[in-house]
Amino acid sequence: MNTDSLTRAFVVLIRRDLLLAVRRRAEMANPLLFFILVTSLFPLSIGANPTLLQAVAPGIIWVAALLAALLSLDSVFRSDFEDGSLEQYLLSSHPVSVLVLAKIIAHWLITGLPLLLVSPLLGVLLGLPVTGIKTLFITLLLGTPVLSLIGAVGVALTVGLRKGGMILSLLVLPLYIPLLIFASSAVDSAAAGLPVTAHLSLIAALLVLALSLSPFATAAALRVSLS
Amino acid sequence: MTQTETTRLEACGLECTRDDRILFSQLDFTLASGQALLLEGRNGSGKTSLLRILCGIRLPDEGSICWNGTDISRLGPDYHQHTSYVGHRDGNKLDLTPLENLATARALGKANDITLQAALEKVDLYGFEDVPTRNLSAGQQRRLALARLLVTDALLWILDEPFTSLDVHGIAVIEELLEQHTARGGMLAVTSHHTVNLDNSRVLRINLSA
Repeated sequence: MNTDSLTRAFVVLIRRDLLLAVRRRAEMANPLLFFILVTSLFPLSIGANPTLLQAVAPGIIWVAALLAALLSLDSVFRSDFEDGSLEQYLLSSHPVSVLVLAKIIAHWLITGLPLLLVSPLLGVLLGLPVTGIKTLFITLLLGTPVLSLIGAVGVALTVGLRKGGMILSLLVLPLYIPLLIFASSAVDSAAAGLPVTAHLSLIAALLVLALSLSPFATAAALRVSLS
Repeated sequence: MTQTETTRLEACGLECTRDDRILFSQLDFTLASGQALLLEGRNGSGKTSLLRILCGIRLPDEGSICWNGTDISRLGPDYHQHTSYVGHRDGNKLDLTPLENLATARALGKANDITLQAALEKVDLYGFEDVPTRNLSAGQQRRLALARLLVTDALLWILDEPFTSLDVHGIAVIEELLEQHTARGGMLAVTSHHTVNLDNSRVLRINLSA
């Protein structure tokens, strides 16, 4: 009975956020457009030398994905904070960490998943070999949820501040660095024909770690922000 | 609502400070089921802060709140399943319809079996189910927020200025809901600049400016 209603709350929250995203399509498209534009600016600015592009492609795509995620992070809790819905989550009869996880999953579906889906195209654009594109896809599949999970903690901490954007970047970007290093070097190695299992395992470990800690940290941070 | 006879909310020695200013201290009261707590006081006297402390969003600087003898900070969700809060901000999503907003509210709390349409009807929003909340007037949005109280089985309603932007008719509708709630054994904690017409025998008044 109790887990039933908890599951329902979980599903209702995810569905609600997806519905809101559909009704505010422009906001949803922003991070994706940013991702595509930034990535496609590089061949224009550093020249269309295939060897050079192929060498920098993993780094470019990952940095662009990271910045696009950062751009979209505020939307996890900002509007809920402003209209008072956030208080309602904290006063729910369900554990806040579970509700927060639902919000994070919805955020990933709205912003992370589209990035993931267009990434092979951008890989082709930058001349990555097929093995590189495959690995890029897997790193983004494992990595973009980490971006949402870690970012949610930062947003929860800064949501009460009027100009939290700068602090948010300072808080969150350093925590993204390990992911950035492993992910782009995995794609590099794959493009060079080297094995990448170790890199991918490390990224998967990061995902598991973030998945198990972030909901609790985010819930605690929200309590601090609202009190 | 069972277990109503035994339910009580006790505040012991509450103190709240803001910017080194003591808003209130040594505040004690006991609210039993069927009673309404009416908070009065000037602007900035700490009414909203006290309500947020009662909700458990904010921690008191001193003292404690107990629900049936257990500190609410230790109860967490077990306390929140008995409460429903409508604050300054309505907590409605403007891009969703009233029905969708209520469905979320119900999923977050301990759902009862009144239909969402019936809840909307009770606050006079019948016929507005599928209009985006953004297109409703301020008073209608307020009534939608108050309709949240009806879709869960909460015993304690915590309301911060519930009558803001309501017209005379809207106020009468909400007052009747409050009256029915206390008559059924529910509890209320309300701040209002508008006089709340409730059966005086059930009302506990606290003036924070005194």
